[in-house]
Amino acid sequence: MKQTAKISAVGDCAVLVELGSEISPEINARVISLVQLIKEQPIEGAADTIPTFCSLLVNYDPRVISYEKICRRLSDLARLDTRTDEKSAKVFQIPVCYSGDYAPDIEYIAERAGLSVQEVIKIHSGRDYLIYMLGFMPGFPYLGGLDERIHTPRLEVPRVQIRAGSVGIGGTQTGIYPLDSPGGWQLLGMTPLKTYDPTREKPILFEAGDYIRFVPIEKSEFEEIKARVDDGSYEYSF
Amino acid sequence: MGVRVLKPGLLTTIQDLGRNGYQSQGFGVSGVMDRRSFTIANLLLDNPQDEAVIEFTLIGPTLEFTSETIIAVTGGNFQPMVNKRPIKMYTAIYMNKGDILEFAGCKTGCRGYIAFSSFLNVPLVMGSRSTNIKCGIGGFQGRKLRERDLIIFRQKRRYLPQFLSRSLDINEFQNQEEITLRVVLGPQNDYFTEKGIETFLSGVYTVSKDYDRMGCRLEGPMIESKGGTDIISDGIAFGCIQVPSGKPIILLADRQTTGGYAKIATIASVDIPKLAQQKPGNTVRFTAVTVEEAAKLILDEEREFESFRNEIRKPCAEVLTSRLTAKRLSKLFVRAGD
Repeated sequence: MKQTAKISAVGDCAVLVELGSEISPEINARVISLVQLIKEQPIEGAADTIPTFCSLLVNYDPRVISYEKICRRLSDLARLDTRTDEKSAKVFQIPVCYSGDYAPDIEYIAERAGLSVQEVIKIHSGRDYLIYMLGFMPGFPYLGGLDERIHTPRLEVPRVQIRAGSVGIGGTQTGIYPLDSPGGWQLLGMTPLKTYDPTREKPILFEAGDYIRFVPIEKSEFEEIKARVDDGSYEYSF
Repeated sequence: MGVRVLKPGLLTTIQDLGRNGYQSQGFGVSGVMDRRSFTIANLLLDNPQDEAVIEFTLIGPTLEFTSETIIAVTGGNFQPMVNKRPIKMYTAIYMNKGDILEFAGCKTGCRGYIAFSSFLNVPLVMGSRSTNIKCGIGGFQGRKLRERDLIIFRQKRRYLPQFLSRSLDINEFQNQEEITLRVVLGPQNDYFTEKGIETFLSGVYTVSKDYDRMGCRLEGPMIESKGGTDIISDGIAFGCIQVPSGKPIILLADRQTTGGYAKIATIASVDIPKLAQQKPGNTVRFTAVTVEEAAKLILDEEREFESFRNEIRKPCAEVLTSRLTAKRLSKLFVRAGD
């Protein structure tokens, strides 16, 4: 399916390429493949890009490339028919401990859904989640595809501090907190991995278009993995 | 050695042009609020264009120099003094060991910049020295400066050619009580009614107290939308104007990378410094320009910077050419003899 892109100015140093107007894996795949195309065929003067659900913001330097020219280049690239199934998306395995202090809200989520805690864990860790985009804070993944049965409204009163690594559900979405921050999501587990680490060569683990799979682990494994993450010997698997 | 913080001021941080290249992963840019004053400060010292500076807000810091260097102070007029004597802004100033730089108070503008010829030695984090307070990285230990912090220099760079020419006659943040900001409409101006756009472009908006490095909330007439301003989250640029509840919020250096509110317009890059130098209580108007006009303003400013570079690199005639000096002296005598 070929669609034309709507390109509009965002001030004098950025343009927004809109590839659709709904949240769907197909439209998001077009966004991701446009990012890929820009990487493969760089546009001189184009800088940081921000891929989101159904659009791509491209920053550029108007001293190097004109608005008209960058629009033309991007519209040419967006018209290219790229088959996304050729791309090998990464699936990141994220170990999660779903018990004890790490999962303060899991019983509430289970009770509300009329399920057992074990069933909630099975459902939550039972599928791969597409990372539609990263935003809100460094490395915060907006994931698609949370099973309807465990959709849970946010807390009425947000927590003042949520620890980095917390895995939560906010309405129809699930995600991982990359750093300590306030937040209103219901917490059902925690990963010992650092999804964000400014001292690492790749500070943020994932990119939009990758997938996440949650792998249940025991408390003892959590401590063991955490120790390896801290001393740098942990190997991330995807 | 370097520079020691005796008093930190209100919000004093190390900033450069920001942490670019990670926005796709949700990582905000940070960087200076007023790129014009930043650029001129570095330009006065022949620094790299992206060299880190100290940015301060509303109250200036007091700094003790523990070794010699050359500085330039730009931005709002905070009445800088060295050892209690006023110094010129927009001028290369030689600092001796033990000199104390302080500020008598903010007269114009809201933010000031100090550039150093010896370069601040803080680590590059993800390609930038900018402080990102929210993430606790960059700048000096990822935070604003505090009393007793000692920032050391990266280089001994205490000589600049044409030292005496390195001064510009700039005082640009006077009469800031009401400013007009040029904007490029969009990308979601179609979420607003015609009346809403007209209100936005004709209304007078007041800078509220909700004004920090992340954004500036304005008070003023309600901007009518067609049916709400919620959008599917998309990317945000420096100077984007969101209208979450009828009132504009302008997103600035410490903005998030993405947001879920319609953006009625985006400020022309060359006008962002004007806003960065506004104080709460000042007023703002908006006028629409095309993206081409806004781009031309950037090129014009670039030419202006180039003329500044030429001006400060002119050989200092009085020092270098004895003939010219002699001529001027003789003129003086003629006048005295009239």
